[in-house]
Amino acid sequence: MSAGTPPLSNPPKPQAKALNCPQCGAAITLRALGHAETAVCESCHCILDAKDPNLQILQKFQVITGEVPPLIPLGTRGKLRGTDYEVIGFQRRSITVEGIRYDWHEYVLFNPYKTTRYLTEYNGHWNDISVCKELPVIQFSSANYLGEIFKHFQTSDANTNYVLGEFPWQVRVGEHATVTDYVKPPRVLSSEKSANEVTWSLGEYMYGADIWKSFNLPGTPPEAVGVYENQPSPVSENVKGIWGAFLAFAIFLLVLMAGFDLTSNKGTAFESSYRLNSGEPKGEASFVTEVFNLEGRTSNVELTTSANVDNSWIYLNYALINQDTGQAWDFGREVSYYHGHDSDGSWTEGSQKDNVVIPSVPAGHYYLRIEPEVDPRHPPLAYSVQVKRDVPVLGFFGIAFLALLLPAIAITWRSINFERMRWAESDHPPIKIGNSED
Amino acid sequence: MTQPVSNCPNCGAKIVFQWSSSVQTVCQYCKSILVRTDVDLKKVGQVADLPPDSSPIQLNTEGIYRNKAFVVIGRILYEYDQGGWNEWHIMMNDGSSAWLSDAQNEFAISFASNTSGLPAATQVKVGQQYTWNNQPYTLSVITPAHYRGLEGELPFQYWDKTNVTFADFRSETGKFATLDYSDEQPALYLGEFVEFDDLKLKNLRTFEGW
Repeated sequence: MSAGTPPLSNPPKPQAKALNCPQCGAAITLRALGHAETAVCESCHCILDAKDPNLQILQKFQVITGEVPPLIPLGTRGKLRGTDYEVIGFQRRSITVEGIRYDWHEYVLFNPYKTTRYLTEYNGHWNDISVCKELPVIQFSSANYLGEIFKHFQTSDANTNYVLGEFPWQVRVGEHATVTDYVKPPRVLSSEKSANEVTWSLGEYMYGADIWKSFNLPGTPPEAVGVYENQPSPVSENVKGIWGAFLAFAIFLLVLMAGFDLTSNKGTAFESSYRLNSGEPKGEASFVTEVFNLEGRTSNVELTTSANVDNSWIYLNYALINQDTGQAWDFGREVSYYHGHDSDGSWTEGSQKDNVVIPSVPAGHYYLRIEPEVDPRHPPLAYSVQVKRDVPVLGFFGIAFLALLLPAIAITWRSINFERMRWAESDHPPIKIGNSED
Repeated sequence: MTQPVSNCPNCGAKIVFQWSSSVQTVCQYCKSILVRTDVDLKKVGQVADLPPDSSPIQLNTEGIYRNKAFVVIGRILYEYDQGGWNEWHIMMNDGSSAWLSDAQNEFAISFASNTSGLPAATQVKVGQQYTWNNQPYTLSVITPAHYRGLEGELPFQYWDKTNVTFADFRSETGKFATLDYSDEQPALYLGEFVEFDDLKLKNLRTFEGW
């Protein structure tokens, strides 16, 4: 015979012991062999002494009609973390916080060669629980278990309301225990304290779908409602990743910007100052500049208009014309600057300078056609036009930067929100933001 | 190793002691509790059949603990108000003996310690800390229990005890301690929790359906 656990493959039908309830005569099936301390009659809900061949009644309890049946039926076998287990017991327990009762369910998992495990379910959130062999160390409001720090979540008084099936300990409806939970998602460390005993257990969060798969259950598991104390955040894992990616891209962008800055010649191709006398007939206002050279690769052109506007405006119709090909870029620019005082203090609007970038202008001989326009009553106005070739466009980098920053912020925000929802249910709720002050 | 052989004074069956230091055994045929004297065996009582039990371990189960082979030679079955557990008396291949306890398939191996100055039963409370062999322990549960049955060889006489109190201790490192208040002088056992699979047990009980 091989060492260790005998093979569990192809097990013959489990040998359940058939007995009858001494109260109502209903058939009682004992599944956990000699392990069971108590069994519960499924029809009259007497708690029976499973060790007694006559199944002496230990407790009778009232069952409210509409009691939820176990989601995993008693007697169901499944494979959890590689080991076969059979569900032999079920209990409903509750805590009351600020007058509100919260119910959860516990399932007893049995294998004659393995330490008994438990599954808990609350609002569609599952935990796989095993008893701790090592004792955690309490440090202020956290617990250190084998070097891992768990944060205190909640301390409450748990009450047993309903039991079904077999239990490896003497279970009674109405039992109380002080339950303290410490969390480090996806795990939860719990202590249960009664008069003579402190028991520590470690739970690991499980999704309903995985439970359904483990126990081969029909249908779909109930949907998880809200955020559970040790539910792993679906986004917190991504937070580090996205900020890492953001940093990498930001560095890449900076290198790219530096590269563009070094390779661009930023030379002034054309510069000239003009004076506009108001009141001149409009038709004569249009003129062309001398021809200037735009060199190098096809690149952008920056045109800067400066004007001594002071609580006034100037509007210029521009055309950048390629003398060789006749290709023209038409655009209009306004330079306006206003300032003053009102009840809120001084204000300004606009600027005496205007920039525009014309992308993808091939090299060649160019000239500008300029058609300025001002208020006819405006005194004579000096303005200048400057054309620069191949300027680095920082705006593009800004947009790329923002495009990376926004998802990083969004994911961080979602992660913070998830943690807020988690801790809102704890003994340490976060301070509410935007609480109405009325 | 020659094993001491005698005959059951009640039914005449052959009684073989596997461990030379065993003080008591149970005749596997007539269930007489036999205590070893200097010259022969004395029947001091009789055990009833053991209640149905769930432990995967049985007499003659073999295993390995810390590279030492051991064999199960005796057993005490305890019962308390919340359930029951087994203390399996094991003989290591170096001639020492130890206890393999099985509570809801939570296994621990412990050795008798000769530490003196142990706290009295009236002094201990859940949550108290004690340090033995430089290892701090915290009292996790006090269990008033009574013995429900026994089997095989034991290192002491255990036929006339009924109610006993145990104080179980755990540590931050998985170490385990028990104070046994069966006698006037408390007895200390020190050990650790063990994984079933790590013991590489052979000759286990089989369960139908598993």
